[in-house]
Amino acid sequence: MDRRSFVKSSTALGGLAALGSFSQVRAQGTGPIKIGLLTPLTGVVAAGGKEIAEGFGLYWDQVGKKIGNRAVEVIVEDDGSNPDIALQKARKLTEQTKVDFLVGDLLANTGLAVAEYAKGVGIPYFIPVIAADDLTQRKRIPNVIRVAGYTASQMPRPLADYAYKKMGLRKIVTISQDYTFGHEQCGGFAQVFTELGGTIVAQHWHPLNTQDFSPYIAQIQAATPDAVFAMETGADATRLIQQWSNFGLKGKIRLLGAQNATDQSVIRTLGAEAEGIISSAHFAEGNDSPATQKFVAEYQAAFKKLPSIYGFSHYSAAMWLAEAIKSINGNIEDRPKFLDAVRKTVLNGSPLGRPVRLDDYGNPVYDVFIRDVVKRPDGTFWNKPIETYPAVSQFWTYKPEEYMKQPSYSRTFQGIKKN
Amino acid sequence: MSRSKTSWIAAAVLALAVVPVVLPGYLTSLATLMLIYALLAMSVDILAGYAGRTPLCHGAIFGTATYVVMYYVTSAGGNPWLAMPLGVLAALGVATVFAALAVRTSGVYFLLLTLALGMIVWGVCQRWTSVTGGENGLRGTARPAALADPQVFYYFVLAVGLACSYVMWRFVRSPFGLSLKGIRESESRMRSLGYDTTRHLFVGFLFSGLMAGISGVLYASFNSFVSPSTVALAQSVKGLLMVIVGGVGTLFGGVVGAAVIIVLENVVSSFTERWSMVLGALFVLTMIFAPEGVVGKFRSFLARRRKP
Amino acid sequence: MATLQLLNSFTLAALLFLVASGFTLIFGLMRIVNLAHGAMYLMGGYVAYAAATASGSFLAGVAAAVVAVALLGLVTQALLRFVKGNELRQVLLTLGLALILNDAALVIWGGDTFSVPTPPPLRGAVQVFGVLYPRYRLFVLAVGIAVLVLLWLLMNRTRLGALIRAGVDDAETVEAMGINIRLVFVATFMLGMALAAVAGALGGAFLSLYPTADSEILVYSLAVVIIGGRGSLGGAAVGSLAVALLSTFGQVWFPELAYFVIFGPMALLLAFRPHGLFGRAT
Repeated sequence: MDRRSFVKSSTALGGLAALGSFSQVRAQGTGPIKIGLLTPLTGVVAAGGKEIAEGFGLYWDQVGKKIGNRAVEVIVEDDGSNPDIALQKARKLTEQTKVDFLVGDLLANTGLAVAEYAKGVGIPYFIPVIAADDLTQRKRIPNVIRVAGYTASQMPRPLADYAYKKMGLRKIVTISQDYTFGHEQCGGFAQVFTELGGTIVAQHWHPLNTQDFSPYIAQIQAATPDAVFAMETGADATRLIQQWSNFGLKGKIRLLGAQNATDQSVIRTLGAEAEGIISSAHFAEGNDSPATQKFVAEYQAAFKKLPSIYGFSHYSAAMWLAEAIKSINGNIEDRPKFLDAVRKTVLNGSPLGRPVRLDDYGNPVYDVFIRDVVKRPDGTFWNKPIETYPAVSQFWTYKPEEYMKQPSYSRTFQGIKKN
Repeated sequence: MSRSKTSWIAAAVLALAVVPVVLPGYLTSLATLMLIYALLAMSVDILAGYAGRTPLCHGAIFGTATYVVMYYVTSAGGNPWLAMPLGVLAALGVATVFAALAVRTSGVYFLLLTLALGMIVWGVCQRWTSVTGGENGLRGTARPAALADPQVFYYFVLAVGLACSYVMWRFVRSPFGLSLKGIRESESRMRSLGYDTTRHLFVGFLFSGLMAGISGVLYASFNSFVSPSTVALAQSVKGLLMVIVGGVGTLFGGVVGAAVIIVLENVVSSFTERWSMVLGALFVLTMIFAPEGVVGKFRSFLARRRKP
Repeated sequence: MATLQLLNSFTLAALLFLVASGFTLIFGLMRIVNLAHGAMYLMGGYVAYAAATASGSFLAGVAAAVVAVALLGLVTQALLRFVKGNELRQVLLTLGLALILNDAALVIWGGDTFSVPTPPPLRGAVQVFGVLYPRYRLFVLAVGIAVLVLLWLLMNRTRLGALIRAGVDDAETVEAMGINIRLVFVATFMLGMALAAVAGALGGAFLSLYPTADSEILVYSLAVVIIGGRGSLGGAAVGSLAVALLSTFGQVWFPELAYFVIFGPMALLLAFRPHGLFGRAT
């Protein structure tokens, strides 16, 4: 071949090789701890994704970005609200940036994709927000742990109990986004509610990013239920709550929400339409507890807004991981030891104001609050606890092994007991 | 073929062959992804460059192959090797339906119709949860055990890519390929010469879909994962952009375009989250300043230099 | 319940008409498929939100939206001049613009979902045809009908309208007649932008504003214009109604099929009647 083309192609190769030197070889045990944070900074859940990065970073800033004598480096990658991109970035973080472990993701499909990858290469992956039930139930992966997280069906069950026993509701319609998170939340609610004797009159499943809820609202009105359980997140939650109010249903039919429906990320841009919606979650930013209010104040000072579940969960996760790493003297290179430490850590300093520990299956057990959306003196709204259900695990009152014999919640299986 | 052209191609193939040695680990998998997308881009070029019909549906054809492979190895518990021809057949099936509907339109209408058809496929993948897994997609080992090693897999993809490139190269130079070019230049003239332009376009579309399907099958093996985003409009747009940046109608421009976009994406997203904006700007600037793409510009540069 | 669903369809159709009418005029006259039209809608919405919350006036919000999007329209037109004459390049350029605008909106307003505040007199619900229906949606329906009438008058009773219609049929001949077709183009483009901005402001109050709203409304607009036919106002009206009915009732009867209910008929129509219901072959 002639010289010119040879020179050109080797220059091109050289350029690519220079790219390769982006990756560093890390020192054993004394270099910085590199954490790969995957989060949707663009795409449909960009708002929540930003808060994940903010909440996670806030903790490390507060402790001076180090644990013991090792510095902590957080490398943030955008998963684009898209599982193909999430996989690409997970690969990049693991194989090129050579992080010590992965944290994050928001949408269930991105989390599941990355979990499968983590399973294949053995890198620890912590999921404070990914709530897909089976990751800590039927399809557990040893190196995927739900640090400071929750399963989808864990939270709505106390709400179903409260709805039946304390609110006296008997006929409920559910409306939900049509994907696994929605199926599992509704399933958790429906199973408990019907086992107590209630009826689920109808279930509506709509695609993510439904702009116009009027067709569903019309059908709900026609069914005349006692209440509606709405499993919505992000823009869908905003729209449903608004349109519900616009159609004059606020105050006519009671609205119960999944925790994401009344999360700060939704209600901070709404007004009185959100008032009075009852939901259930382990975190309530209106909780009087000093630990919670301290966290809320710090968060507000740093980011000028009240914390959402995304910010809170990742802050707690960072705290949890820091505790675990401290307990093994920073020796995260020993992966089995690290994972074991994470599983055994009891989080005492959590903003929840009470200790949190993992159950035997890698998912935390929480005291769950029934929350009401109330107005603050400054005119904004937040979730205040009105009742507490202590020590709720992902299995409710069921025996784990028995529970796992029933199929996973899906559109076709909602655990509904025919009464 | 001229001697300098042969040496260019030889140099390129040699460079590609030593990638796993020179650029290990993550960069090898990046290069593998580049090759897969290059094949997709070249398949788009067959229609856009040679037949003169710009499509926005190839992401859907590509992704259908991926879905079928993933479905076969997960829900149907089949052999990963067998999944591959099944995926290609499925892609061909989808391309046939698309072609039958789209082939009588041209220009912007062709673009819009293929866009709509692609969206239908996307909608199906998103809602037919029992088969496609809906938003969660399908996960499972689609890579045959023999290809598990990333370096071995790279060489496999390179071999398939080179074989397909050769077939495409022969296709565009064949009398049939030349007739497609003729249709691009002037469809009415071709018809008056007695060519059945509709049938030609139909076959051209199928061939293009075949290549896109092969690319989709390789993607399944690479990722072992598929979700609606694999068949989304954004995927078709990406493939089209690669062709445009590389050079419409140059065939190998697709390889250059794929390399440019993937490297850029990787480098840019290390520094900023604004990759979407950069991609958009790239689109705008390419349309204004270099609509013939990198390879196109290079060729005209060479042609000018040869003039006395 | 059918009354409710019909009202839902009509009000959605009104909004779609506002967006699609601008789109179809630009497509019809200038042969430009402006894939950034959805981004213009979203930008209009965000600006309306910012202006309305800052000033407390809904009208100020709408006005600000129109101004902002008109400016963006001027930039778009300037860029399009570089690729004049080549339809495909124009389309792809607008696609690139859409990506840029979408990301810029994310940077400026973040990913939270916002709603343009509804003016107090339009809040709440009224009894109409035996059902309780939101006042604001009825307002949108009224605006849609008013705009349809105004546009019809513009097209059929004014010189500009005659020029636009002539231009849709045959731009070259109009130019050959000595008319400054460029001014007509600019006027049409600006009109399209204004309509998108108003649609964004109005839609922003009941469908809300968030990062992917632009591609969603664009997809619906494409369906409307393809079904209705390029450059035809009547087509845009009929198309909007068709898409809104399919979408609303499709959601109720065939929730499985979502997009297919809209795109299936659209694809078939385009395959056999490429110019839509009212479009003209040129």
